[in-house]
Amino acid sequence: MIASVIAGILIAGAIAAFALAWRPAIATIEPPAPQSFDAALVKRGRDLAAIGNCNDCHTVRGGKAFAGGFPVPTPFGTIYSSNITPDAETGIGRWSEAAFRRAMRSGVDRDGQHLYPTFPYDHFTNVTDADDQALYAYLMTRQPVHAPAHENQLSFPLDQRLVIAGWKLLFLRHGSYRPDNTQSAEWNRGAYLVEGLAHCGACHTPRNALGAERASAQFAGGDVENWHAYAINAQSPAPVPWDADALFAYLRDGWHPDHGVARGPMAQVVSNLSEVPQSDIRAIATYMAAVFGAPTADRKRRGEAVLAQAKSPAAQASQVDAAGASIYAATCATCHEAGRPLPYGGVNLALSTAISSPDPRNAANIVLSGVRPVEGERSPIMPGFASSMNDGQISALLNYLRARFSNQPAWTGVEKTVEDARRTQTVFLLTSPGPRDAPADATQRDKP
Amino acid sequence: MIALKVNGLYHEIDADPDTPLLYVLRDEIKLNAAKFGCGLGQCGSCTVMVDGKAVLSCVTPLLLLEGKQVTTLEGLGTIEAPAPIQRAFMEEQAAQCGYCIAGMMMRAQALLQRNSKPTDDEIRAELEPHLCRCGTHMRILRAVHRASRLMDTADASPTVHGRAQ
Repeated sequence: MIASVIAGILIAGAIAAFALAWRPAIATIEPPAPQSFDAALVKRGRDLAAIGNCNDCHTVRGGKAFAGGFPVPTPFGTIYSSNITPDAETGIGRWSEAAFRRAMRSGVDRDGQHLYPTFPYDHFTNVTDADDQALYAYLMTRQPVHAPAHENQLSFPLDQRLVIAGWKLLFLRHGSYRPDNTQSAEWNRGAYLVEGLAHCGACHTPRNALGAERASAQFAGGDVENWHAYAINAQSPAPVPWDADALFAYLRDGWHPDHGVARGPMAQVVSNLSEVPQSDIRAIATYMAAVFGAPTADRKRRGEAVLAQAKSPAAQASQVDAAGASIYAATCATCHEAGRPLPYGGVNLALSTAISSPDPRNAANIVLSGVRPVEGERSPIMPGFASSMNDGQISALLNYLRARFSNQPAWTGVEKTVEDARRTQTVFLLTSPGPRDAPADATQRDKP
Repeated sequence: MIALKVNGLYHEIDADPDTPLLYVLRDEIKLNAAKFGCGLGQCGSCTVMVDGKAVLSCVTPLLLLEGKQVTTLEGLGTIEAPAPIQRAFMEEQAAQCGYCIAGMMMRAQALLQRNSKPTDDEIRAELEPHLCRCGTHMRILRAVHRASRLMDTADASPTVHGRAQ
């Protein structure tokens, strides 16, 4: 029913937009030689691509970088990312810079087809010509990979790209980013990156029934790839309020002693950010600290109380789930209350945003899957408990953690959340083809 | 006393409910195949099966195991009558120092029970939590493929406990 209403609106929008919908193809070019790009420009493009987190969606886990094919689940169906390597047949090898810029700015591919807004051009439209040029230089100097596009799994009429023109008419605002002269240069740099290339709102802003970000609820928290992206404005559920210094450290290092470790989809974001110039991370932190806003005196006091609680043995909650308490004491406390500092010790769960969040989803995901070490880096670790705890045990544990370590009301529907999390966790494991950089033919190497 | 079912047999265990399964297996029941490696669930050498799924026994307290069935490497086969996974690891000479191998075999067994013909990539992804310092990874991969083939043949039926429960 809702789907048909949505479909109706989109069809109406599409018809209204028909005259405006058509876009011409942009002529193909001979794939430019990698040497034809300036090395400094390519380097700048690399940093920008890291800020844009491009590799996250445009690379299948374990697959070749930027070759696309990553399935993005949406309420409307599954959309597969495209191949943005310079392969002439299946990638963007024959795209001119103008074609690339048009895709970034307007969500139209070289052929003139409208692209689905899973590609966040509602943010990328804010990227400057100079930055698009650098991104183009970077992508056109990557290893070409022959990888044909996957067919999207969308039902009629959403499989008709014309309807996207209607969506754009409603939701795509060109040039929506304007520098604010009353703010510092650093704030403005941060705003430009956050609202544009870094597209933070794509996950952290809730979406409306048509899949567009709700402007009235910017950064109020969203759902993405079976994780909850926390509110990163005044509604932030973090037990300790964020400030610019904490954001800077967290975005650069992937963890902060008062907040814990980035994981889920955010893990890839901070991994990419670890390689970009610190001035840009500082700018993002400055702008985002302003978005969070200065905490009220009361909020600040509660944050300090939580920090003090985390440093001393915590008091038991009054209403304790006995089964959950035993599981926590036997399974979790050895790391989470060992006093070993982050990132190798477990965070005291009084500081955990996952436990204070209105949605138990992230906590369930972490108990099931743990935190995997990052290949080739010293990184935080936690074993997953999917095989050793059943849904009832995990639910009891989560209810206990909520009661003991947060000041928030009990979660509802925890058992259902755990069931869902277990099901999608299985899907995630099945879609990981294997560790990165595995040789194509593994059995060849150690033959005598 | 806690009742624990290991390799098809009930054991009455006199231990605190927060005792890790690994300690009980090694110290109380004297099943020494599962090894203590890191104690943090990060190396895989303590892996056993619980209800057919690979579990890190060093971070699994007894209280999680009520009503569940534990299978260790001893439950798959014996020296005289090794299970397919054990035969395969021997025939591929997949062990060097051998410390990781019991855990590797248990997770590989759990994989083969739900997917009898895993691809190379699936085996790699499955065994990723396991560390091997000797570097016999390629032989381990071959051994899992061999076990998959052995399980197809008539003479490779499992011998003692574990597989068909």
